[in-house]
Amino acid sequence: MPAVIEVEHLHKEYGDTVAVADVSFTVHEGEIFGILGPNGAGKTTTVECVEGLRKPDGGEIRVLGLDPLQDRAELTQQLGVQLQQSRLPSQLRVAEALELYSSFYRDPADWRELMEVLGISAKASTPFSKLSGGQQQRLSIALALVGRPRVAVLDELTTGLDPQARRDTWDLIEGIRERGVTIVLVTHFMEEAERLCDRVALIDAGQVVALDTPAALAQRVETEQRIQFRPSAAVDDQLLESLPEVTSVTRKGDVVVVTGTSNALNAVISVLASSQIVAEQLRVEQASLEDAFLAFTGRRIDAVEGTQSPRKAKGKEQ
Amino acid sequence: MTATTMAAPAARRRSAITALTITELKLFTRGRALVGLGVSTGVPVLLLIIFGCIHAFKTPVARYGGLTTLDVYVPILLVFGMTALSLLTVPATLADYRDLGVLRRLKTTPVGPARVLAAQLVVKLAAAVVTVVVILVVARVGFGVAMPRQAGGFVVSGLVATAALMAIGLFVAAVAPNAGAARGIGAILLYLMMFFAGLWLPIQSMPQELQHISHATPLGAAVPALQNAALGHWPTWLQLVTMAGYALAFGLGAARFFRWE
Repeated sequence: MPAVIEVEHLHKEYGDTVAVADVSFTVHEGEIFGILGPNGAGKTTTVECVEGLRKPDGGEIRVLGLDPLQDRAELTQQLGVQLQQSRLPSQLRVAEALELYSSFYRDPADWRELMEVLGISAKASTPFSKLSGGQQQRLSIALALVGRPRVAVLDELTTGLDPQARRDTWDLIEGIRERGVTIVLVTHFMEEAERLCDRVALIDAGQVVALDTPAALAQRVETEQRIQFRPSAAVDDQLLESLPEVTSVTRKGDVVVVTGTSNALNAVISVLASSQIVAEQLRVEQASLEDAFLAFTGRRIDAVEGTQSPRKAKGKEQ
Repeated sequence: MTATTMAAPAARRRSAITALTITELKLFTRGRALVGLGVSTGVPVLLLIIFGCIHAFKTPVARYGGLTTLDVYVPILLVFGMTALSLLTVPATLADYRDLGVLRRLKTTPVGPARVLAAQLVVKLAAAVVTVVVILVVARVGFGVAMPRQAGGFVVSGLVATAALMAIGLFVAAVAPNAGAARGIGAILLYLMMFFAGLWLPIQSMPQELQHISHATPLGAAVPALQNAALGHWPTWLQLVTMAGYALAFGLGAARFFRWE
């Protein structure tokens, strides 16, 4: 399959903050490519560079063979964009917005049909501010598609939607792919990526930590063990991390959580024993599918947000 | 086939700038934008009607060179309309668009955000022309105020004044941190500038020093230029250069500092 988007060693800083350290990936024609990571991981900055909204400090980007900054006129004809937290004038009506945006493109889609497909025809004369969150997102998707793009970048599409609206939106995305549009989906919902994406790039702290199909990523995690214990004496994370069987070490208060291969338990116990440390309240569990992110980054995907799971691990805390 | 489906092909042929302008025009007549329209067109017309009903305002005053107070006020009300459009509605709308991410969203389309700015100015310029015509017609028909005798000088003065005001409006939009600030700054500037335009005290009645200061402000140049034209004279070079200077300085400043996001 030909490459539609190629990102090589993308680097972007804002002042002293490194937003994207080193990100590379290739998106193939016709796929739904997921960019998954916690808030602040650099997902949005990455796609904003792809869209040509930001100038990278390093690296190469090609979208449909075009340079996002040099070839803006052509790129914008072929790349549909749904921006995170982008709104419309509050008094602008649904049909007016679509008609307006369709006038921007060389060969626009029939916006009435698009309105139909996205289920917002009944709201054609409703002003933007009177739409529900889900309807606003649908309109936003419609605007991203009205130019008949070959590629669409959808950023945090379902954030703030209720579960039903979220599932409806997922169905829409699958429908869009069937129209032959390559889709880049930015999300921090594991479930969304699993459900929709052909391949997923896990991004954390400005780096791609894993890139594979959701099934393959899950498989890698499923073969891992999660070991929890309370050490009888202070234990250095480095000691555990240096073990080849161990993939990550995190802490929940004074409980140490280690993930690793199926041999990790033996390795951990013996290295602790050699330091005269006993693993108290030892628990071993198979890492769940939802914990894929933890395995690759050492923290839960929602840990940064702090909204969802009461059992969330305080990742980098010591 | 309904009328709406028949309209589709025609709509598709509409150019982006036309579509943007039509959209801006529609939005200007809805919701909160109506307040701006009311202030910029309604208030001067209302003041004109009130002033026109004051008998003493229709007798010639020696201090005004034989003009009536109403004659003196017509150009002041004209610039009030132009200024309210430029300083209340332009910065508020553009800063709103920036806050909402509208400009940023447009940046990802082939037309880019600069054209929405152009559309916005076209609509506000059209509104200014309508306001001026309405005020002149009401003054003429309702209260017998003569039409400007030097039409060319009147149009040139009006256009240069509007250019200066729009440039200041764009500059406010450029530097205001958000829409709320843009509204506040616009309103303060409107009242400050209208003071120098002579809304509360006509320039001719101001102390000498204040007159000099007034003439150096955009409206203090615009009002006498329009008054000259009303009397059949061309505006002075100094008046035109003063206004053009503001247009250039603030136009360049706006272009330099404008943030799209």
